[in-house]
Formats: sequence, structure tokens, C-alpha cells
Amino acid sequence: MADKLLTRHLSAYFGKVRALNDINMAFPENRITAIIGPSGCGKSTLVRCLNRMHEVVPGARTEGEVILDGENIYDPSVDPVGVRRRVGMVFQKPTPFPTMSIEENVAAGLKLNNVALSRAERARIVERSLRHAALWDEVKDRLNRPGISLSGGQQQRLCVARALAVEPEVLLMDEPCSALDPISTARIEELLLELKENYTIVIVTHNMQQAARTSDLTAFLNAGDLIEFGETRQIFTNPGRRETEDYITGRFG
Amino acid sequence: MESSRDNQPSPDSGLPAKPQIGGEATLAGMVESPAFEQPVRMPKVAAGTAFDALVHGSTLVFLALVLGLFVELLWSSRQSISTFGFSFLWTSEWNPVTSKFGALPFVYGTVVSSAIAILLAGFTGVMSGAFLAEFCPPRLSQVLGLLIELLAAVPSVVYGLWGLFVLAPLMRVYIEPFLQSWFGFLPIFSGAIYGVGMLTAGVILAIMIVPTVTAISRDAMAAVPQSQREAVWALGATRWQGFRMAVLPGARAGVFGACILALGRALGETIATTMVIGNRPAISASLFAPGYSISSVIANEFTEATTQVYLSALIELGLLLFVISVIVNGVARLLLWKVFTTTGAQ
Repeated sequence: MADKLLTRHLSAYFGKVRALNDINMAFPENRITAIIGPSGCGKSTLVRCLNRMHEVVPGARTEGEVILDGENIYDPSVDPVGVRRRVGMVFQKPTPFPTMSIEENVAAGLKLNNVALSRAERARIVERSLRHAALWDEVKDRLNRPGISLSGGQQQRLCVARALAVEPEVLLMDEPCSALDPISTARIEELLLELKENYTIVIVTHNMQQAARTSDLTAFLNAGDLIEFGETRQIFTNPGRRETEDYITGRFG
Repeated sequence: MESSRDNQPSPDSGLPAKPQIGGEATLAGMVESPAFEQPVRMPKVAAGTAFDALVHGSTLVFLALVLGLFVELLWSSRQSISTFGFSFLWTSEWNPVTSKFGALPFVYGTVVSSAIAILLAGFTGVMSGAFLAEFCPPRLSQVLGLLIELLAAVPSVVYGLWGLFVLAPLMRVYIEPFLQSWFGFLPIFSGAIYGVGMLTAGVILAIMIVPTVTAISRDAMAAVPQSQREAVWALGATRWQGFRMAVLPGARAGVFGACILALGRALGETIATTMVIGNRPAISASLFAPGYSISSVIANEFTEATTQVYLSALIELGLLLFVISVIVNGVARLLLWKVFTTTGAQ
């Protein structure tokens, strides 16, 4: 199985504070990689480095390389905007655009590419994205209603649909379920398992069960260091490091 | 548990409680456990009553002020109203000697000069606000922001003087001849050039209100949550696309409010307008021709109003200005409300 994305000696900083230390890991294609670790360990920073979203924070910078399909996305010749179109992202809190309808929210990314789409084409992409995000049946009769009229769980699936509409190759999810109730969480998890057929997925989570249930690989981060990275089953049943075991058994974090 | 939540005074008491989306309400209800809520509930209710009274009282004072103003204007202009009736609104003659008074040229002058001002200042102000909030380095933004707020604090008579001695000659020698040579076929840019006139008044008003538009739209844009920007950037938006898709729509209520506030200032502005509008009660198609505004004529002629009906006519002009402001505000609110109800938010 090919590595879609890998990091080489990746370090990230906020001003003078170092948030990630020399991370080397590979994200295989069509697999779900979970990143776990205590608060402030750099999980979110790590995924935000993978689509060059880290640098939008004032004072933030990175060192090292992130290789997407053989190309370093931090090469000076690479446009971060192009990277973000290939590497989609879903945030912790649902972020539908409040002034847009459900349909417009899903199609938001399509407008950015300045490609003229016929109405039928656009409707087809919107439907496909909403189906992929397991939201179509719930909203098909009210696509013109505002995106924020949906419940929290539906809003998060709307954001997934929005990210899928532009057909990224990698999907980054930064604690996508932390603001959701258990039923919505279960829906998103089912969705992840369906999506991995077509996408490479990286998910940050605080929820051990979620990581164990959904992911193929798990990385444990602590204080900016990659402590352990391997098959999820192995990490959860037979962790190689003491810190990992302490964390997943709830002794700290 | 639901009922105990309802008893709590909401910060916006006086307004009907907003209906909550079912899921959110129950989740919030579950989180707030009664054990924490009970001990603080009683004093909160008591404080709430006092607070309610204060809030309602203040609101009533405002209402009384507005109504009082309206009634007083109406009462003091009763002689003019009974003499001229509605013809006051659409006749153009203003002759204190024959005691003939018509308001049309002044209404026209006020509306047209303010319209020019908001057209020029609206676009410029919103774009400068966008630059300060989104595109320029934070430190530069702070310095520029301070300067802009300073501009808003310059007394209008200073703008008037500058308009008369600097802007009017500029308009006469360069800008208006330029406009005429290119767009002279349009009636609004035809006719004799004086320097002082409707266009100059519009431009000076625009300069006066552009800091207001800039400062308020900047604040509205800065208030758009960072998560919205990140969401649109993560879709692969450039800075400009992100601004158009996330920041501007999110800030539109504030931007719109900024324009309305500025328009209100332009409508009522007296001194600067008086100094550059030309003070001739006439309606001309050309923007280069002198005109007159409601507030200017009141300021110029109030002390000379020797007859009862003259004074009363001037006060009726004040009443008109009041009504125009109310209408402008009302229409603006209606538009804003329409924008929000058709596409969603709030």
C-alpha cells in the first residue's frame, strides 16, 4: 500500500514555542490514520501542517517537509491554495457559512475554482457530496434552507459534504465529533469507514474508542513528540511504550 | 427543568424569547444541572426585576424623546402646514418677501448631495475597512485605524473651510472640466462650472463620512470568527476569495449599518454643506450647479425669519428632514431584514 502523504523531520512553531518536534510519519493511501494524545500535545498542529493551514496563524511557521504524492508541499514554488484543494479539512466545530443555504454551502468550494458548471452538473455534485456525507436523505427537500438551520451533527456532515465536493485526495479531520452527541458521532464514524474507499483520511481524536473503532493506524503524540505509531490493533492491545499504555488506559491525559 | 430555565431573566429581556432549535435546548438543559441552578436563582430574579425596570425605563426615555421631538416640530410648524398644505412639498418657490414657501429645492439638495456622498464613501469606506481588517499587517492597521478615527473627530467647519478654499477650486479647475469633457453629454455633467455646487457638496460629505464607514465596517469584518476564514481557506480559497465568500457576507449587517449611520450624518450635516453647496434654492439637472439643502437653509435663515409663517416654514423643513431620516432608516432596516430572511442567517 502506497504512502499518500508523509512527513520528514517536520517541526512546527508558534513564535518561539516549538509545538512539534521532528515528526516522521507516513499516511498510507485509503487508510484511516488516527492521531491521539493529551490536550496541547500538537495533534491539531500536526494535521494543520498537512494542508498548510498552520501558517495562517500569525507567527506560526514550520520546518522540514511534508510530501504529498512525491512532492514537498512546503517547497517555495508550491502554492498553499493548491495544496488545500487537494487536502480537504473538517474542523472541530461545524463551520457552515451562515449566510448560505445548504446547497450553497456544499457548492462553496466549487465556486473557488472558477470553473463554469452547468446547473445540472452542480446539482449532481451537490447530491453526490451530500450522499457521501450521509446527509442527502435528511436535507434533499430543503436544500434552500440556511445551512445553520441544521442540527450540530447535520452541520458537521454538511461540512464533510462541503469538503468532499471539491474532490480532495486527502481528508483531514480535526476532532470532528467533539461537539457532537453520540448518535451524530456514530453517523460520522460510519461515514469515515465508507469514505476510506476513496480517500486517505487523517483524524485527530480525544476519544480512544473512536480511534480504536475507526482507524487502521494510530499515532500517539505527547508534548510535540511522536511517541509511537503503528497498527491500531497493536497500539491498543500491545503498546510498545510505557507512555502510550498509560495514556490509553487513562492513567494520564 | 425546562420551566426553571424559562424563569431566568434573559439578558435581552423585553424582547420575546427566541425560539431555540430543539436539539440545542435539550442539550443545554441537560448540562445545566438543577443543583447548581437553585441557590442562585432567587437573587437573580430580584436583580432581574430591577434590571428590567432600568432597561425598560431607558427605552421609554428614548421613545419619549423621539415622539416629543416629532410633536414639537409638528406643533411649531402648524401655521406653515395650514397655509401651504401638501403643496409645501412640491413647490419650488422660496420667497420670504411674498411669504411663499416651497420645500422641493431643499429636499432635492439634501437627498442628492447625500446620495452622491454615500455612493462615493460607501464603496471607498468598505474597501478601506476590508484592507485594514483583512489585508494589511496588524501594526499598520492599528496606526491607520487611529488616523481614521481622528479624521472622524475633525469638526465639520474645518472640512467646510477646506472644501471652500481647497476642494472647490480643485473641482472648478480640474475635476469638473475633466468630467464635462468626457461625460458632458450626460445632463448631470453639463452646464456652467462654478466650483461650489451639488457635486462639491457631495464630495465634501463623502470625505466627512468615509471614516465612519471605514471604521465600522472594519470592526464588523474583524468580528467575523476566524473559524469562518479558516473554513473557506481550507477549501482552497485565496485571500480575496475568502474575503468575498466568508468575511464580507458575515459582516454585511455591520457594513450596511455603517453606511446607514454615515448616510444619516450626511443628511443632517449643516456647516460643511452650507459652505460649498452654493446656497441657491433651485433644482438643476447639472450636478455642477449650485443647490441648497434643508439644514443649510435652516442655519442660514433662522435668525432672519421675521414673520411667523417664515419661521413656521423653516420649522416644517426641520420636520421634513426628520421624516426623511426616519424613512431612510426604515427602508434600510427593511432591506436588511429582507436580506436576512431570504438567505438565512439570524
